[in-house]
Amino acid sequence: MYRETEILQEAVAGDLIINVGPQHPSTHGVLHLVITLNGETIKKVEPHLGYIHRSIEKMCESLTFRQFIYVTSKMDYLSSHINNHGCSLCVEKGLQIEVPERAQVIRVLMDELTRLASHQLWWGALGMDVGALTPFFHAFRERELINDIFEETCGTRLTMNYMVPGGVMADLHPNFQRRVHEFIKQFKQKFDEYDELLTDNIIFKNRMQGVGVLSAADAVSYGCTGPVARASGVSSDIRKLYPYEIYNKLQFDEVIETAGDCYSRYMVRMKEMRQSLSIIEQLIDQIPEGEYQAKTKAVLKLPKGEYYSRVETARGEFGVYIVSEGGTTPYRIKFRSPGFSNLSALDHMARGGKIGDLVAIMGSLDLVIPDIDR
Amino acid sequence: MTKEELKNKLTEIIPAAALDESGEWLSMTVAADALLSNAEVLRNNADLNFDYMFSLTCIDWKTNLQMVYHLTSTAHHQPLVLKVELNRTNPEIETVSHIWRTAEFHEREVYELFGVIFLNHPDLRLLILPDGWEGKNPLRKDFEDAVNMIKL
Repeated sequence: MYRETEILQEAVAGDLIINVGPQHPSTHGVLHLVITLNGETIKKVEPHLGYIHRSIEKMCESLTFRQFIYVTSKMDYLSSHINNHGCSLCVEKGLQIEVPERAQVIRVLMDELTRLASHQLWWGALGMDVGALTPFFHAFRERELINDIFEETCGTRLTMNYMVPGGVMADLHPNFQRRVHEFIKQFKQKFDEYDELLTDNIIFKNRMQGVGVLSAADAVSYGCTGPVARASGVSSDIRKLYPYEIYNKLQFDEVIETAGDCYSRYMVRMKEMRQSLSIIEQLIDQIPEGEYQAKTKAVLKLPKGEYYSRVETARGEFGVYIVSEGGTTPYRIKFRSPGFSNLSALDHMARGGKIGDLVAIMGSLDLVIPDIDR
Repeated sequence: MTKEELKNKLTEIIPAAALDESGEWLSMTVAADALLSNAEVLRNNADLNFDYMFSLTCIDWKTNLQMVYHLTSTAHHQPLVLKVELNRTNPEIETVSHIWRTAEFHEREVYELFGVIFLNHPDLRLLILPDGWEGKNPLRKDFEDAVNMIKL
């Protein structure tokens, strides 16, 4: 954490050290940055984490293979379906459970709706970060529809806890298909407005283009994934590279941009929303009949060994590493969170830039702090 | 590249490698003092080209600690698990943060949660835990904290 003396030793006369956060609107949560400035130029950005550290990995060591999945919704709360999905996949890998096709389709539908909802929130919040207040209200109008869909089927709107080892917890609500069709119709109409509001806005472009450039080699070295890596031209979509569930049967493109600046990261997410929408359209009328959950034992015991599963959340690659000793609880569990690695590249991106650009860079990274701290 | 092809390449390039095929991915165990030289080969050899580290963590086996590095390549996409056994009382290992920059943050995390000292690390300080936690390593199995820990 923050040690005043060390920071001050590094600074030279005339440098200014400022603290952004842990309570600051642009950090979207309790992130603390110590920034060394010379005039308006950033010399160093040092993240100090831990303000929402709950040691979820330690907690999971005393939870069973069914229970621990519910804690993971609280990590990346904007991708909670996908977190649950990754954990379920890891347990299924250990127990070699076949997931029924209906459950697989439901899972992919939920994942893509989550990705849309997450990107919508990011889009609204990014607009607000760079001084455009209107997008926030537009984004939340459509996001609300997705939350309603989740609420009907899962019972909750944010931390869903819907995916369980073997499938999903309950069958879809009878209204599900109708609601999703309504959402698709409305979102398609409104999505063009998103472009009018921000994408082609000259003020917005000036704030984003050429700012916070990350080269492809650096993106790989810093372990960046998701839209951050893809904006630098690195192919990193787990859905394409290591397909899980039914993703290899679906038609969608991995969106890749090459400039590596904030605007590229913005464009990747905007285009990804259209891809997610297309996946939902492919599946929504093709949900197969059948079981929504495979038959599993009441008490799950993973055979001795280690298991790793990877899924693509809205922020990048989420990994679950389980080491089992053959008991009912994991011996060690590690969550590889996308935000943690993406944040480590922040200093590199912001160095030499202006303090005003830092907010744009952070907005384009789409950080979720509980996901970073875990 | 498949797991089998990777195994053949590895035995050719690093003949001394101790490989284990039991898991989903190929796993390779090296001694702590050989980590750096092996890591450099894995990263820089044009055939192996492990340029992307997607996970770095540690496991406390009560008798010893074990570092686990998950590597993959943006060229061939076949992952490799690199493992290093460490002494539990005085765990020290060379940093790999100059090879994979992402290791810098991950090693700081392992340093505070497991007490592993990374030699030549550019900035080995607490990252997540508050000041004064040096020496107490929450993810070790014998860690007890009456105030902050909830037992379920």
